[in-house]
Amino acid sequence: MAIITMREALRQALDEEMTREAGVVIMGEEVAQYDGAYKVTKGLLDKYGADRVLDTPITELGFTGLAVGAAFAGMRPVVEWMTFQFGLLAIDQLIHNAVKYRSMSGGQFKCPMVVRGPNGPAEYLGGQHSQSFASYFVHVPGFKVVAPATPYDAKGLLKAAIRDDNPVIFLESEMSYGHKGEVPEGDYVVEIGKGDIKREGTDVSLVSFSKPVLMCLRAAEELAKEGINAEVVDLRSLVPLDEELLYSSVRKTNRAVVVDEAWPKASVGSWIQAKIMLDCFDDLDAPVEFVSSEDVPMPYNHTLELEVQPTVAKIVAAAKKALYRS
Amino acid sequence: MRPIKGYEKTFLHDLLKEMLLIRRFEEKAGQMYGLKKIGGFCHLYNGQEAVCSGAAAGMKRGLDRLLTGYRDHGHAISLGLDPQKLMAELYGKATGVSKGKGGSMHMFDYAKGMWGGNGIVGGQIPLATGSAFAQKSQKDGGATIVFFGDGAIHQGAFHEAMNLAAIWKLPVVFVCENNQYGMGTAVERVSSVTDLYIKGQAYNIPSKMVDGMDVIAVMEEVKAAMDTARTKFEPSFLEIKTYRYKGHSMSDPAKYRTKEETEAFLAQDPILLLKSRMEAAKLITEDEYKELDKQLKEVVMQCVEFAEASPEPGYEEIYTDIYA
Repeated sequence: MAIITMREALRQALDEEMTREAGVVIMGEEVAQYDGAYKVTKGLLDKYGADRVLDTPITELGFTGLAVGAAFAGMRPVVEWMTFQFGLLAIDQLIHNAVKYRSMSGGQFKCPMVVRGPNGPAEYLGGQHSQSFASYFVHVPGFKVVAPATPYDAKGLLKAAIRDDNPVIFLESEMSYGHKGEVPEGDYVVEIGKGDIKREGTDVSLVSFSKPVLMCLRAAEELAKEGINAEVVDLRSLVPLDEELLYSSVRKTNRAVVVDEAWPKASVGSWIQAKIMLDCFDDLDAPVEFVSSEDVPMPYNHTLELEVQPTVAKIVAAAKKALYRS
Repeated sequence: MRPIKGYEKTFLHDLLKEMLLIRRFEEKAGQMYGLKKIGGFCHLYNGQEAVCSGAAAGMKRGLDRLLTGYRDHGHAISLGLDPQKLMAELYGKATGVSKGKGGSMHMFDYAKGMWGGNGIVGGQIPLATGSAFAQKSQKDGGATIVFFGDGAIHQGAFHEAMNLAAIWKLPVVFVCENNQYGMGTAVERVSSVTDLYIKGQAYNIPSKMVDGMDVIAVMEEVKAAMDTARTKFEPSFLEIKTYRYKGHSMSDPAKYRTKEETEAFLAQDPILLLKSRMEAAKLITEDEYKELDKQLKEVVMQCVEFAEASPEPGYEEIYTDIYA
């Protein structure tokens, strides 16, 4: 099986879906002539032309709203936000239009579009470029929200997202575009709404999504050295959430640590934590632990910014606490 | 005032009838609101009828699309939505155009090109560019028209959409329905310019001001702009000057305006202006007009009866129409 980067996996998904359906168009800042700020759309302008790969002005609200309108008309736009931080300027168009038109019209409209780009902390970027906004979208009924951690999942989920008839929020990570993994040749999709056990274990469930899943896998290796067999649950899809997979893992291990690189208050992680505690109460041998970013704006200084975020050491410590071994 | 010469009697009669229907519908909606049959926000269109009726007459039905803000009952009627189902929507009934899930601000009919009905000021403007983008891409031969008020023109959505429409040559017509008040705020208090149409020049979009009390002027200008959009993929911007007789919504007594100002506009009522031109051309008599009005009052009474008799949506509807 070919080993490729996350960036290349995403590019393949876009390429294949653009070939598959003429209504798929890509729009965003620098996606065409520049090949994408993170080179995810490399070569697509040459292959599909300027009518389908469109450089936009720096006008997130404008082009995101345009994509929503085009989706209502039956196209399948893929919007690239250079980062989800810039996407805040466009969030009105998604919450009030992409999502609400279907409900407000009594089911007459559908919005088959994807909004993708890097979300979450990166490095050396300071307060306005290193934030995770997953919860902003998970909170609103009507979105589907996915957050892959591996190239295999990224390709399969992006293809599924483009084929989906709903607005899909596709969360990537700046730090992961170079991350490599096995991706098979040819067409496949990863079903939205299905999580994945990335490492089987028996003693504690490490539950996460997006980039921190990789951190959980490293934490599991550390825990193994101390005789603790951790299971890593990659949610992959936040809406809909694979409760069955999540709860079956917790019912097996009876202990859980939720890891989310966002701030702790009203976050996806705190929601998952609460769900496990309520729905698996009788199966738990310890309170569900939660590792998040600190509740502070991201500092620029590298030592400080790393300390603010979840780390392997913090996850290991949380797992031990759940096992009463700290 | 533009001449009506050259237009068929039946066409003018239908235009007059539609405007009068909107007027009577809105009066009835206001009345039912007062009786607490309708709740929430209810923005009436009285005084602005020539804008939506003229515009709809300049569109190609079944091909073109329309989006507007929350003052949307008139646009819905002009696009041919069933007034009974519109009244039922105001009542929140299952038989409403949006199954009782939209309400006053969200009237929709996808097939008829009625794309809402929007509650966020200016939020519909980018959607219209997207509709037009798809029309150009799919080569369906249609164009999109989007209405918004003078209050919306300062939103980024307006400026971002205008720029995109210009650089991508989209078949869209932007219409600022300038009724001169954004809620209770007079336009000159919040705008650096009083002639709003000049903002189109910044985007190299052909722009002009249109008398919104003259339904013929509105129709001719919208038709020309839509034809240009459809055939040349060039956007246009029209500032249509109009006036709302009622407050911003049902809870607004409109104390920020003088009686003299309102009376001046009532004297150039768009319905009476068309009627008087038709009378002068011997296309309608006072008696015929009175008979028409009587019929339309009966039509809106039937709207109320339909809405009253319609069922409430079932609780199972809470979880439908969210995901496709």
